Amino acid sequence: MSHTHFEPETVPPGWSHRHLLDLERLSPEEICLLLDTASRFKEATGGCRQKLSVLAGRTIVNLFFENSTRTRTSFSLAARRLGADVIDFSASGSSLSKGESFIDTAKNLEAMGIDAVVVRHSTPGTPHLLAQRLDVGVINAGDGPHEHPTQGLLDIFSIRERLGNLTGITVGLVGDIAHSRTARSNLWGLIKLGAKVILCGPPTLVSPRWRELGVEVSHNLDAIVPRCDVLNLLRIQFERQNTRPFPSVREYAYLYAMNKERLKRAKKDLLILAPGPINRGVEVTADVADCPQSLILNQVTNGLAVRMGVLWLTCGPRGRTGGVDVSSRPSSAGRVA
Amino acid sequence: MHQTLLLRGGRVVDPSQGIDRIDDVLVRDGLVVAIGPAETGADEMIDATGLIVAPGLVDMHVHLREPGREEDETIETGTRAAIAGGFTSVACIPNTEPPVDTQATVEFIHQKAMRADTCNVFVVGCVSRNREGKELADIGQLVEAGAVAFSDDGAPVYDAELMRRALEYCSMFDKPILAHEEVLELSRGGVMNEGIVSLLLGLAGMPASAEDVMIGRDTALAESTGGRLHVMHVSTAGGVDLVRMAKARGVRVTAEACPHHFTLTDEALRGFDSNYKMSPPLRTAADVEAIIAGIVDGTIDCIATDHAPHAPEKKMLELDRAPFGIMGLETAVGLSVTRLVATGRIGWPRLIEAMSTLPARILGINRGTLRPGSVADITLIDPECAWQVDVKSFCSKSVNSPFDRWTLRGRAVATIVAGRVKYRLT
Repeated sequence: MSHTHFEPETVPPGWSHRHLLDLERLSPEEICLLLDTASRFKEATGGCRQKLSVLAGRTIVNLFFENSTRTRTSFSLAARRLGADVIDFSASGSSLSKGESFIDTAKNLEAMGIDAVVVRHSTPGTPHLLAQRLDVGVINAGDGPHEHPTQGLLDIFSIRERLGNLTGITVGLVGDIAHSRTARSNLWGLIKLGAKVILCGPPTLVSPRWRELGVEVSHNLDAIVPRCDVLNLLRIQFERQNTRPFPSVREYAYLYAMNKERLKRAKKDLLILAPGPINRGVEVTADVADCPQSLILNQVTNGLAVRMGVLWLTCGPRGRTGGVDVSSRPSSAGRVA
Repeated sequence: MHQTLLLRGGRVVDPSQGIDRIDDVLVRDGLVVAIGPAETGADEMIDATGLIVAPGLVDMHVHLREPGREEDETIETGTRAAIAGGFTSVACIPNTEPPVDTQATVEFIHQKAMRADTCNVFVVGCVSRNREGKELADIGQLVEAGAVAFSDDGAPVYDAELMRRALEYCSMFDKPILAHEEVLELSRGGVMNEGIVSLLLGLAGMPASAEDVMIGRDTALAESTGGRLHVMHVSTAGGVDLVRMAKARGVRVTAEACPHHFTLTDEALRGFDSNYKMSPPLRTAADVEAIIAGIVDGTIDCIATDHAPHAPEKKMLELDRAPFGIMGLETAVGLSVTRLVATGRIGWPRLIEAMSTLPARILGINRGTLRPGSVADITLIDPECAWQVDVKSFCSKSVNSPFDRWTLRGRAVATIVAGRVKYRLT
């Protein structure tokens, strides 16, 4: 299998961050640079199957305070495809269970001479706090319901791979927006690249307050399906609920599951994404999950490409024009005076 | 042998007597003797030219943490922070370990305060035994020991029937119930105000309605019982309205607001800094404006800090694991002057009323006035002093203030307790 050669020596000057904490604070140009870099790595590795050595000698730590299988595996593989060493560190069985704070844990790892941590945590903002206190790069692999930037990027990567351009397309994010980090990262990435976003679900999961951002909010999936070019079906996060936000799974599926009937009323070339793990029969029926318009498995492959791009840009050697990182600056917002 | 102290040429602001003029204040043996031109020859003289001379400031909402959580604050460090902030009296909230629900604990605090020998410490007793919200504490005995008010703060008095009984029972002692207003089911798991910012950050929200619903309940109970309700740390526009309406109906209700609630909004949480995490949480710009309007029109009677120190290792946690609370004693004057007086929203007499006269009146303590014969608790404030907050120089034991490095206007330069200069800014 032939593929384009892409073994860059330094990070391009358009990228100045040592961390990837969220998509909210990236510019459209930076998001495009990330996607382009991912795309070139995907080609250069024959669809993410072959190994490069651009990060040889670097050590990446997967610091997972919350369980994950696919994201951790994807980050590990991506790092290895670029030639980096990878260490997995999970909260269970570590000093955390002995009462050590997450900052002390991370500082200990840092003292071992690593280059970056890939952090997953159940609390929003934990990667941001680490980025303020560590000298190594911090990559957010999901912080509670806040953001999951590489998931957002891989969803957008998958759409872009099919449609070429996101400007003017309509993307429906359907389901548990309240508890979905994927939704927030998608939202920021899509808006910045010029797509129109519709958030759809019951008001208990999709607050009308989202309209303050200028996005459309709908509680009626049937009404929006015909207008959408892409539907991203988000999982109901039963584990994050205080009280159940809808009467029953049956009723939720009745109102919001993407099924064959609804697919019939959609545009012919509607693309269907689901960040996984999917609950078949809840947010999407099996026939739709496996239909030709479904990008669910492409998303997984593209996750590798995107994570290679992210690891390279955050951990790769800087050129002489490399800028100063601003992504972990403390916020001064909120002051009324 | 008499001991005299003369405060010369300051702007004397004493709302309890309607005084606001340049004058001298003479103190003898710990009592105010007179406000009026005085001859020199006092044992001690302070040139108060250009300074506000006010009845000593009273903070009716302070967590001194002792007994039980001395790693956060002690009565000694907390009262030193108080005088450094210009407060001559504090009321300490009983959510200690053990909670203040016996005469012995009240006595312990009085003893510790006497030994610290800084400012006056007035003790707030628990509404419910062991602060469990199940049955009334021995309120009569606590009154006997010196408790000035009752509160289960940190938590609401959850059982409506218990709250009704508390208001009824305390009315025979004419003591107020200081109420933390929160419907816990609505705010459960929350770390910040529920709104567009909490949506964006993915943080669990505490809706304004959690506070409003409880203020509604308690004003109704105060109305039906005739008891005295004091609404602590009002943070919502709806809460201000509910208090305003209750006052218009003649309900015996008073209210306080905290400097952080009229200075910051929930936007501050965007940096995920747990120093911005407190309960009730920082709300929106509209709520901030409503609180200031409430202070201007008197709906909000007074300013209190809800000084809530936490040792650094407790605050250096993930946002959902870090405790609620913000320090306030050493920044209250600066924030209040900067936000309310320097902006022209209120004048000095109203500020002194809100920080001295009215909290003293609500607590029923003989403070908050410079009337001749009263205890000479006096605060001198430099109204123009621009200064930078430095948490490392705080007298308090903790550092959980988000105002570090803020430049504020107005600062206490001398704090006099019973005629003795307890603090002077050097």
